[in-house]
Amino acid sequence: MELVIIAAAIMLGLGALGAAVGMGLLGGKLIEGTARQPELGPMLQGKMFLLAGLIDAVPIIGVGIAMYLIFVVAPGVGA
Amino acid sequence: MAGENPASTTDYIQHHLQNLVYGKHPENGWSFAHGETTAETAQQAAEMGFMAVHVDSLAWSIGLGIIFCWLFRFAATRATTGVPSGLLNFIELIVEFIDGSVKDSFHGVNKMVAPLALTIFIWVFLMNLMDLIPVDLIPYLLGQAGVGYQKIVPSTDPNITMGMALGVFILMLYYSIKIKGTGFIKELTMHPFNHWAFIPVNLFMETVGLLAKPFSLGLRLFGNMYAGEMIFILIAMMFAAGAGAGIAAGGLHAQIFGEYTNFWFWLVVFALVCGVCWINLKGKLSTGKTVLICAIIMTLGGGVFAIAGGLMQWGWAVFHILVITLQAFIFMVLTIVYLSMAHEDH
Repeated sequence: MELVIIAAAIMLGLGALGAAVGMGLLGGKLIEGTARQPELGPMLQGKMFLLAGLIDAVPIIGVGIAMYLIFVVAPGVGA
Repeated sequence: MAGENPASTTDYIQHHLQNLVYGKHPENGWSFAHGETTAETAQQAAEMGFMAVHVDSLAWSIGLGIIFCWLFRFAATRATTGVPSGLLNFIELIVEFIDGSVKDSFHGVNKMVAPLALTIFIWVFLMNLMDLIPVDLIPYLLGQAGVGYQKIVPSTDPNITMGMALGVFILMLYYSIKIKGTGFIKELTMHPFNHWAFIPVNLFMETVGLLAKPFSLGLRLFGNMYAGEMIFILIAMMFAAGAGAGIAAGGLHAQIFGEYTNFWFWLVVFALVCGVCWINLKGKLSTGKTVLICAIIMTLGGGVFAIAGGLMQWGWAVFHILVITLQAFIFMVLTIVYLSMAHEDH
């Protein structure tokens, strides 16, 4: 049963890692683009939010499944 | 509750994740799934198989759909050429926003896409908005009225989100065939490699690509809302976590009521704290006295765990406002983009 906790940790950690790289690239490019052409800022920001939602989806699903694993599948193991 | 009694913690979460199911049970006939425990109820619901519906998801989603239609009709019938005010202004803002989004990404000619986008955006948003209602409130009240299980966020039910995605998928197929005709078949068979020998490879790749669209559309919304709901439930468990940890952490109520905190007691304590803070904001009470009174109320009633839980609920709810709007927006934009792709004839 302890392996379930490890599985949840890997799930959360790798999900966060991937999302962090994606978000970093996205935000960095947004700032670069806005600095070059400030008049495009609002348009780029709207697109960035859309893509942020797309990037966010997979890790947040991972968080949900990890929470389910920790608190329902293997309750009381870590506590 | 956190450490000493894992069984009840698990049951609490499972109870929150169990839909109110009505269906044809092999032994009980047409009835609601009901068991002594949540596990038994889930078992009964599983035994019903295909012949079952989630009454709560259906009722909440259809109810919210009616509210959406009524609200927009109400605004539309009162629209004037003069300066709009309040609600009218807000509705106009939404309609213009959707109109702009559709104009940006849809390049075909179709009268249906903008109303469809508006419906999807507002409906999904309203369904997601149910997530911000405190997790225990409505299930508890309905539980007092005799309804054992209630899941008030329809978009945490995969049946609802996948159903909507399936609707979008059917529209995609319909318009692909209507606009492109045989071009649609050509697109499926000749697309990446334009040679007759590659038809099976092309067909496989294009079919996977086509089916992945509605699948990811429905699953993304479901996953986001499910994860959000799960975190709300976990934070809600903190309210009872202080029970048995002494008066400072769990408050007096833990000594009186034990593990099962009385809901109404909670509401009174919360209202008292809010009231004292409000009087302070009005300037009728010094900050020092406010902190003292709040500390006394919290010690007697709530305890440290409960206040931390309340703050975390609030924090997550604020973050979640972004998530629910964003997910509704993404569902809408992707629907428009997919329909736009169905309208592109080469």
